Amino acid sequence: MKRTGAQLIWEVVTREGVDTVFGYPGGAILPAYDALVEYKNLHHVLTRHEQGASHAADGYARATGKVGVAVATSGPGATNLVTGIATANMDSSPIVCITGQVGSTVIGKDAFQECDITGITQPITKHNYLVTRAEDIVGVLREAFYVARSGRPGPVLVDITKDAQNQEVDFEWGDSPIRLPGYRPDLSALPEEYDRALKLLSEAKRPLFLAGQGIIMSGAEEELRKLAEAAHVPVALTLLGLGGLPTTHPANLGMMGMHGEAWVNTAIQEADLLIALGMRFDDRVTGDLATYAQNAKKIHVDIDPAEIDKNVKVDVGIVGDLRAVLTTFNERLKPQKRDAWSEYIEKSRGEAEQHDILKAAEPGGLYAAHVIDELRKLTGDNAIIVTDVGQHQMWEAQYYAHNQPRTLITSGGLGTMGFALPAAIGAKMGCPDKEVWVIAGDGGFQMTACELQTCAQENLDLNIIVINNGYLGMVRQWQEMFYDKRYSETPISSPDFVKLAEAHGLTGARVETLGDVPGAVAASQAHKGTSLTDFRVVAEDAVYPMVPTGKALDQMVRRPRKTPAIRQDT
Amino acid sequence: MLNPNEPIQRTAARRQLHTFVVYAEDKPGVLSRITSLFRRRAYNIDSLTAGHTDVPGVSRLTVVTESDDAEARLIEANLYKLVNVLRVEDLTHVSAMKRDLALIKVRCNADARPQVMQMIEVFRARIIDVAPESLVLEITGTGDKIDGLLEILQPFGIIEMVRTGGVAMTRGSEATTVHPHFVHALVPQTGN
Repeated sequence: MKRTGAQLIWEVVTREGVDTVFGYPGGAILPAYDALVEYKNLHHVLTRHEQGASHAADGYARATGKVGVAVATSGPGATNLVTGIATANMDSSPIVCITGQVGSTVIGKDAFQECDITGITQPITKHNYLVTRAEDIVGVLREAFYVARSGRPGPVLVDITKDAQNQEVDFEWGDSPIRLPGYRPDLSALPEEYDRALKLLSEAKRPLFLAGQGIIMSGAEEELRKLAEAAHVPVALTLLGLGGLPTTHPANLGMMGMHGEAWVNTAIQEADLLIALGMRFDDRVTGDLATYAQNAKKIHVDIDPAEIDKNVKVDVGIVGDLRAVLTTFNERLKPQKRDAWSEYIEKSRGEAEQHDILKAAEPGGLYAAHVIDELRKLTGDNAIIVTDVGQHQMWEAQYYAHNQPRTLITSGGLGTMGFALPAAIGAKMGCPDKEVWVIAGDGGFQMTACELQTCAQENLDLNIIVINNGYLGMVRQWQEMFYDKRYSETPISSPDFVKLAEAHGLTGARVETLGDVPGAVAASQAHKGTSLTDFRVVAEDAVYPMVPTGKALDQMVRRPRKTPAIRQDT
Repeated sequence: MLNPNEPIQRTAARRQLHTFVVYAEDKPGVLSRITSLFRRRAYNIDSLTAGHTDVPGVSRLTVVTESDDAEARLIEANLYKLVNVLRVEDLTHVSAMKRDLALIKVRCNADARPQVMQMIEVFRARIIDVAPESLVLEITGTGDKIDGLLEILQPFGIIEMVRTGGVAMTRGSEATTVHPHFVHALVPQTGN
């Protein structure tokens, strides 16, 4: 049958199981948008900026595990996607971006809205394509989806010229097979590799698992739980690994790294074996590399061979899909007991928890921790929390309890402010039956606040929490600690968020006292439709513990005691 | 060739020239992807050459880079991550021939000519152009050999010089040519 290139785009997208795409029309993508009208089973969400579309596709992908799709026109439409593509690339999120390009005959002539988007995105995509002929569209798009979701997932961009969209060609699905001779997403390890790893594990007195997002991407949560129990090894998680093991599980120590709890980082420094699972030893996780876990042998399991020995030199590197690797571990492991090590860590946990602001009888104001703790109490295990970047992001990681995978969506690697609201739109479209909460700071929220109108147009039921302290809080915290309290350009004003929500046809509320928190969170949850709650928190609060840049992981600044009185009821 | 299943060999962080042979699909932008990788990861490129192979649709590149063995392994792993790259071989620690080609235009009048001709004989260089005041020489060999010739020609005055950068091939009957099955391999079907 005959199809135009524009129709072929949607033929592939729908057959890949995509039900929702996020985008913004424009000149060079007009034929595709015209054809979209015929594809009634495909829902298009019109974001208010293309950056929102790429973050929404990312949020959709992280919430569902499916490939997210963003669509934009050439030139500025395509360049606006870039921040979202780089965000997805750093966090290995599978998205396909489809951009229109000027006609193939005027490429290179600086035509109106021409831009070399494949050149621009080359270092921040897993792969990208420029398509100039309609007959190539099906094969390339199928490859794009396959590359995006297989192996270590990542973003793929497909740039399609306007004339290719307009051409009419014969279409037979089977005529365009995927042909990727150099692509090897399915590497696996040899038995000897497992022998060496298991030997190290059986000999270790103080071993630790360091679990990252790879656990969630490969669906290895159950295998991790079994392994941690059988080997009696505590598990520390990365920010993106949260949800990989229930927070309530006794083996779960919590988050490691710059703002990880003291007992976690101390345990890493005192361990004699680290087994890294689907994480990449980011500098926010290791602190100073020269002093990192000097007493520990290291095993690194990752699907990407280029991660092995990249930041931390390891004793055993195992390349492969984590679920398969951990299944083999579980089959071959002899159960062990390491009571002394667990008891030691639990003791240091108990000591550190005394400092928590939530334990203070007179906290002296409304803190973000109170808001997030209330949210934790009120929401079930299946609620999805989408955070922006900064102090609130770290407080969420510390005070919320993620007991299910894919319930925390956040920009970890790139640290993209403005991520939360559009990513939450994508998450909600992908999981309409789940409760979705946005937690953002007053700074980051203003970067993509235009997407409030997208929520209104789509009648979305989002719950938005703004942790409002009148500062770009994380930067202010660094200025306080490392720049002699010179608050250079960190005080930031905000619009009246309640009125802003109302101007968009949404509901808004403001909370200024601790006592009003439970009611406000419950009201937001009960409200059908998007509601925004502006929490005015203590302005100069800081995230503790904190490992200063360049310091060893156990040289953290500890949480100061707020009051000597300890509340007994929590 | 990278084998992710092999244990990682620990070697002293000694920096030396590593020679990679890279087979890649002959598609637009492939060269740019490879150079972009080196730039982005802050790996140094000493030389890079590219050309066709005997298999249609497959290019062969030789990349020479100064690195230690650990970094070389990461370069190899990252090259493999490029979707269009078919195969990578590190020829540094195997028995291989490495050759560079240079064209050298040297200042040389009739008086100096016999002297220059005598010296280049030792280097097995060839004269490919003679003019009243100059000669153009062609030489192939290892980088060291070409450096040696340049050094002795220096006093005469080098007008212009071009070098191709290294190409390399393993010794013996073992082929370094990419196997056709890489080119025709299909991945599992998706969709319906």
